[in-house]
Amino acid sequence: MAAADIAFLPNGSEGTRARWKYLDKVLDRPGPFTDPDSFVPGNHETLERAKVLGAGGLGCEILKNLALSGFKDIHVIDMDTIDVSNLNRQFLFRAADVGKYKAEVAAAFVEKRVKGVQITPYCGKIQDKDEEYYKQFALIVCGLDSIEARRWINSMLVGMVDGNDPDSLKPLIDGGTEGFKGQARVIFPTMTSCIECQLDMHAPRAAVPLCTLATIPRQPQHCIEWAHIIAWEEERKEITLDTDDPEHITWLFQKASKRAEEFNIPGVTYSMTQGVVKNIIPAIASTNAIVAASCCNEAFKLLTNANPFLGFPGTDNYMMYTGDESVYTYTFEHQKKDDCPVCGEEALARPLEIDPEATLQEFVDSLAERPEAQLKTPSIRTTEKSLYIQSAADYERMTRPNLEKKMKDLTAEGEEMLVSDKAFPTMFKYVVVWKR
Amino acid sequence: MAAVPGAAGTLSAADILSSTLYTQPYDRQLRLWGATGQIALENSHILLINSGPGVVGLETLKNLVLPGAGNFTIQDSAVVDEADLGINFFLEESHLGGFRAEHTCNLLKELNPDVQGNFITEPVESWLSQADALKPYTLILATAPIRPELLTKLTAHADQALVPLFYVHSVGFYSHFSVHLPPAFPIVDTHPSPETTADLRLLKPWPELLEYAKEKTKDMENMAADDHGHIPYIAILLHCLEEWKKEHNGEAPKNYKDKTAFRDLVKKATQTDNPEGGEENFEEAVSAVLKSLNPPEPSSTVKDIFKAPECVIIRENSAPFWVIAHAIGLFYTKYGVLPVPGAVPDMKARSADYIQLQNVYKSKARKDLAEVLESVRFLERNANMSTHIEEKDVEAFCKNAAHIKLVRGRPFHIVPAEGDLKFGSNAKSLAQKLTFPDALIPIYIAFLAWDKFTATHTLDGLAGAPRPPGSSDAEVESDTEKVTSIALKLIDSLVKEAKYTIDEEEYDTIRTQIGELAQELVRAGGGELHNIGALTGGIVSQEVIKVITEQYVPVDNTCVFDGVRSKSSVFKV
Repeated sequence: MAAADIAFLPNGSEGTRARWKYLDKVLDRPGPFTDPDSFVPGNHETLERAKVLGAGGLGCEILKNLALSGFKDIHVIDMDTIDVSNLNRQFLFRAADVGKYKAEVAAAFVEKRVKGVQITPYCGKIQDKDEEYYKQFALIVCGLDSIEARRWINSMLVGMVDGNDPDSLKPLIDGGTEGFKGQARVIFPTMTSCIECQLDMHAPRAAVPLCTLATIPRQPQHCIEWAHIIAWEEERKEITLDTDDPEHITWLFQKASKRAEEFNIPGVTYSMTQGVVKNIIPAIASTNAIVAASCCNEAFKLLTNANPFLGFPGTDNYMMYTGDESVYTYTFEHQKKDDCPVCGEEALARPLEIDPEATLQEFVDSLAERPEAQLKTPSIRTTEKSLYIQSAADYERMTRPNLEKKMKDLTAEGEEMLVSDKAFPTMFKYVVVWKR
Repeated sequence: MAAVPGAAGTLSAADILSSTLYTQPYDRQLRLWGATGQIALENSHILLINSGPGVVGLETLKNLVLPGAGNFTIQDSAVVDEADLGINFFLEESHLGGFRAEHTCNLLKELNPDVQGNFITEPVESWLSQADALKPYTLILATAPIRPELLTKLTAHADQALVPLFYVHSVGFYSHFSVHLPPAFPIVDTHPSPETTADLRLLKPWPELLEYAKEKTKDMENMAADDHGHIPYIAILLHCLEEWKKEHNGEAPKNYKDKTAFRDLVKKATQTDNPEGGEENFEEAVSAVLKSLNPPEPSSTVKDIFKAPECVIIRENSAPFWVIAHAIGLFYTKYGVLPVPGAVPDMKARSADYIQLQNVYKSKARKDLAEVLESVRFLERNANMSTHIEEKDVEAFCKNAAHIKLVRGRPFHIVPAEGDLKFGSNAKSLAQKLTFPDALIPIYIAFLAWDKFTATHTLDGLAGAPRPPGSSDAEVESDTEKVTSIALKLIDSLVKEAKYTIDEEEYDTIRTQIGELAQELVRAGGGELHNIGALTGGIVSQEVIKVITEQYVPVDNTCVFDGVRSKSSVFKV
């Protein structure tokens, strides 16, 4: 804003609460559901002092909502740069911003629009930051797009909890959307059900068996996956596939179309090719708005006690939203799991059903798909020996021959199995149960 | 690229252009509502009649401008003040003292260069008194507070022009909206979840399907293991059904007991002397038994559509939906089933066998479509229609015939400033649900009471601007009492009108609840919370998209959101 404009502002508008007239009604007045022991009427400082972190694909909505909820010190993490396909919902970005860092553009935009708020961007991965960094926040609001990132931040926050230091407990508020559906949940690390406890609610889509792709495709998607996984490796091994490069997508599309033609399979399109190869999840502004606002509503209630919030131990902590057939929400308490590998009792091992006739390779592959595991690069040990270690190249070479062996020759029923994955700082403890 | 039109794997110039330049920003939404939905969105002109703090209306528009709703107009005579800047994202300091409609319109337009935005700053009373003021708009959003007589005017227009009308509240932690749709609002493209759409007709197979099953299961017991493990499960089930019928007087399994016995029969046919110890195709067959062996009976929703007055008599001006519905109704009367939709789920099978099966279903679907199309043409001729319904519309209808929906739009409640509200035909169901903890009807009643209070109280010295309860600290308590007493009166008249009785204990619960809800509403002093405005704007914009694109299933007709407990509820008023 030009300096000349400021002269027209009513005197003293900065620094008064006139701007927060509506917000102050619920901060200054108790309501019938406010807890008199925790709600302090007229307390504006808690909100203004609280340092909060927002992250992920819902970032635009989250920053706007936090800024207009009276938060003054907001941090944002996002590693992505702006893509043209973001513009239909991420409203802080314009066509001219394509290619710039999301966190920087978003922070500058909201700071300019909402006077008095300070937004500190970090353009990188959440995994770049350590405990010291996360410790400074009052709570964390996440709208991350990947399950890996969610699991990582979850286990970081669980690991940070120190029983002797109440300040080490950082509530995690998480939101996600797909099409007209979404969910918002509040987690008190170690006290209530965590992301890992809820992992099986977000099961990955079953992968098509490789032999189907290779020999008996039936669906247009099979032809696209074949081009993606098999044909590219065979014919363009030297080029790294870039799913944002239209030439690469066009090549895959043409390969897939030829294969589909050979097998008389109709329906391969360019758009479907993009969708399959990039694993595109449909996304719209409306649903992002609903879920992000729900998360920020909980964040606001949690810090101000203006009303009860989701996530208090023993109460509802999860809201599921479905908008494709009328509007339906289901709000419930997801129970903490005693054998959760992240927040459960330390000694407990989870039973893991394993086919004794399967090879170690097949077992490794299955870990990526099992809803309760979802580990893509697991390293596996038993109490006796290392079965397969991917974390270091030398170990990988040494243990690779085991991949062809059958599970019954490598382990035994009732044996404890430790699985780690470089994507997560957690050790997953299982006990082998033979599948019958 | 050597482009041969129609050859596999070739991109036409138009294909490349459309996939990179135009569709890319909209890619993530086109996967939901497709090109037809997008065109409908682009042809729309949405009117927002904004009032109060104004957040929920603008947050709704934001979510419609972004995906490319063609035109919007904001009517709002408010002047931007300090309080707007603390709650509204589409205003800046330099706008203080200016018209809110103008500045919010300009900042919203920045979101999408494809969208046209307009604003009207004339007060709503005089603006609405002009003839044809509402004519340009294809959908209207009105936010509370708005005078009852103006809302009545909007309702009359919605009725007469068949324009969808939304009425939205966002006050403190609570919100509500009602939608007045045209009296017949049919949806063909409801996007049912894929698990519910497989319609395989195993109990009503046609000769070609039976022939296919016979061919694929011929001498099944002596097949090579690899062949046996690749028989499509549909063929397995049809084969086993024939076997079963031989033992059961030609009848298919009818009840749960029969079906589990039949399932065991299928299980027994599995070959287990292989390294895997079983067969994937047979596993698929076993798990499909319970859900696939049902008579393909259309739902009562669909049968009711066939009986609707608009469906029974086709006139010259009948909408295409009714003509096609009538034609499909004829098909149903003749065969007792709907046209075959033609889709086959993926299953373990060899490519050629699967494609062959797909073609068996597809040709039957085409044959059924041809018959429906013939009826459609006959109806058109009979009713002297001048235009033909496009074949692709008939095809889309046939494919989704089992999942079509009809919403009967109707006016919502408007509490008059003077006199009592008539709850109308849904009084009984509202009264019955009053005490259901998840129905949230008391919040709805509290909003009606809030409207009545606002319509009957004015702010001093502001030319009679409506005064929401709780706007001054001194009056919070007395306003709460007033809103509570209005709400309790509304409940009394609802119960009376519904001829419903509530026992004393239940009534006490309701009384306490209403007192608390009124207190929470009055606490907000007519103010919005940005989060609740944004959340409600998200829900309303989803609904607007569903209504404009005529896809998915809209709310019928009222939705309440409780931001204290993070719950919602939908009911008919």
